[in-house]
Amino acid sequence: MDTALSTSPATATQQTRTISGSQAVCEAMVQEGVSTIFGYPGGAIMPIYDALYGYEDRLEHILVRHEQGGIHAAQGYARTSGRTGVVFATSGPGATNLVTGLADAMIDSTPLVCITGQVFAHLLGTDAFQETDVINITTPVTKWNYQITDAAEIPEILAKAFYIAGSGRPGPVLIDITKNAQLQLFEYQGYKPCHHIRSYRPKPVVRKAYVEEAARLINEAERPFVIFGQGVILGGAEQEFKAFIEKAGIPAAWTILGLSALPTDHPLNVGMLGMHGNYGPNVLTNECDVLIAVGMRFDDRVTGRLDKYAKQAKVIHLDIDPAEIDKNIKATVPVWGDCKETLPMLTALVQQKAYPKWLEKFRECTKSEDEAVFQGELHPTSDKLTMGEVIDTLNQITHGNAVIVTDVGQHQMVACRYAKFNQSRSNVTSGGLGTMGFALPAAIGAKFGAPDREVVAVIGDGGFQMTLQELGTIMQSNVKVKIIILNNNFLGMVRQWQELFHERRYSSVDIQSPDFVALAAAYGVSGQSVSERPNLRTALETMIDHDGAYLLEVMVGKENNVFPMVPQGCGVAEIRLK
Amino acid sequence: MKQEYTITVYTENQVGLLNRIAIMFSRRKINIESLNTSPSEVEGIHRFTIVINETEDVVRKLVRQIEKQVDVLKAYFNTNEEIVWQELALYKVPTDEIAEKVKVERLLREHGARAVVIRKDYTIFETSGHREETDKLISVLAPVGLIEFVRSARVAIIKESRGFHEKLKEFEETEPHPSTRENEYLDRGEDVFVM
Repeated sequence: MDTALSTSPATATQQTRTISGSQAVCEAMVQEGVSTIFGYPGGAIMPIYDALYGYEDRLEHILVRHEQGGIHAAQGYARTSGRTGVVFATSGPGATNLVTGLADAMIDSTPLVCITGQVFAHLLGTDAFQETDVINITTPVTKWNYQITDAAEIPEILAKAFYIAGSGRPGPVLIDITKNAQLQLFEYQGYKPCHHIRSYRPKPVVRKAYVEEAARLINEAERPFVIFGQGVILGGAEQEFKAFIEKAGIPAAWTILGLSALPTDHPLNVGMLGMHGNYGPNVLTNECDVLIAVGMRFDDRVTGRLDKYAKQAKVIHLDIDPAEIDKNIKATVPVWGDCKETLPMLTALVQQKAYPKWLEKFRECTKSEDEAVFQGELHPTSDKLTMGEVIDTLNQITHGNAVIVTDVGQHQMVACRYAKFNQSRSNVTSGGLGTMGFALPAAIGAKFGAPDREVVAVIGDGGFQMTLQELGTIMQSNVKVKIIILNNNFLGMVRQWQELFHERRYSSVDIQSPDFVALAAAYGVSGQSVSERPNLRTALETMIDHDGAYLLEVMVGKENNVFPMVPQGCGVAEIRLK
Repeated sequence: MKQEYTITVYTENQVGLLNRIAIMFSRRKINIESLNTSPSEVEGIHRFTIVINETEDVVRKLVRQIEKQVDVLKAYFNTNEEIVWQELALYKVPTDEIAEKVKVERLLREHGARAVVIRKDYTIFETSGHREETDKLISVLAPVGLIEFVRSARVAIIKESRGFHEKLKEFEETEPHPSTRENEYLDRGEDVFVM
């Protein structure tokens, strides 16, 4: 269906025919090249599901077990495929169950089009069965939303929805369609993809003068430092980014959403930023003289205390979203635009350079971190397994070629810190919103988005229990995802904070779990549990080699902490190694 | 330092847009002092006039977020020195009282007011102006028994503005002219490079 765009003019000129609003929805999906829809039927969206029945050969519908699972799956799909994820849900509770996923997609700039059913237009505002004001509930968590009450609007509005979701800084769009519009017959004049909305500017125009000024600052710098985020991946600018840092010779560190845009083994990749990031990138943020931020938004988990963040540095900020400039960190030079365009312009102007002494500082920091953290995490002396050694062993088996989907908490930080990646769009995690329960459904979608790749979900015992019903989706749709539960019998990250900042008052973090392996077996998913070091590698190999979904529970040390850590309210240079 | 800012937003005429804009203020716990929506000089383009009391830094960031909304064409923010504005006020007073105790003619002249309705039981005066001016008339009418009072939101014209017609033409082009995407930040190059 990738040719949808090129074939559409023909469709647009075909003779008008009478179809229903629901058929128009399906037509739009086909024309937009959608192949997979994640959803759950219900009363107010039944006409669309009825039409979908006639499109089974062109549109694959994955029946999830909860609408939140559906939207997280669509997010996973979008993140690995680079295409817009699509979700169908019914009115009322179906629609409200999407809200967490919408908020997650909004803050992590994930392109989604969600279609919700709505009660008949004449019932709007009457407290009808399963009526809820979806448009107003979702306004703060959507890039755009719209309610359709007349079928004739469907083709144009859906074209706008896909255009808005996928262009510029991507985001979720929700279209609410009343049942009468779904049933209504109208004169369909074909589908015309949208490429322009007069009030919407997907990208700002690149100003050459600012690129030149940025290049001048970079060329005069003695200790330049690049920090990059998901903008590099969303812009499809991985090659342009690599070319830039290689020519300029600048060390580069990533946010957890920027992870995998640059291969882990790249000599200029100096690691992870932020609260649980690497030691060097945090400490040296406050020693660089020019800080070049590419497609990242200076989240508080990255910056720590703003008044202690890179005060000495001149800041160059490349971003497609003008509202990000100066939002948290004042930019000395703003370079607005799609980094796919701005990075090559910058590369052309910067001098070929290397900063061996400066890079050596990062290596020295890595050495300190190795002694204080890596050794204990990757080569522990205690009998108890660590999360880090699980990820490290997984790296050795997958050679960094797997897609890693993580949930939220300690395992997420450990996975992001230690997982190896060779290619982009390999790390799927809930970064901005920190949504527990994200990983299992997102892994399902990630697999549909990248069917030829190994997809491994790494999840904590707490987060897994938030959306474990999606094992049913895995069973029914035969989704070959690998699930690792890192089980420390605690809500580990909260417990870590309670240990460090609340005098070990372990309030409500001692979480009991079911027999995960038996649970998986009940869903027809194979699995096993390991707690002994000698069995770890074999268990991981068995999981990877298994043809089908697999659940591996790994019992890890109960009270292990994730370090380094920038405590809340501290500056990045105050990062603690233990 | 907090001061009064008037935000002018040019938008498409879309259901739900008022909420989308209003929640950007409430999310940041910013109180809207006054809000007016009206048609603009261009057919089909709506104009919001919003007054808030905030620091320039907060207003600047907020206006960028507003302008980012899909259905918003352009947003401006101005201090009171940069705009001409009016508010309309209506005053309902008992006719007999007012006829007896107030020199109505002088009152109307001094406050630029006019009588909109005169009935046996009540009279409605109307005036427009800045907050202080409409307030002043309250203080005169209150002693004789003000039955009802209402004041409209602020409407404002930006002194420097040359209207939206030309700008809209640029917006309607598929590839807009670079100046359409201008911003006060990029257009003040000399300020940007202060290090």
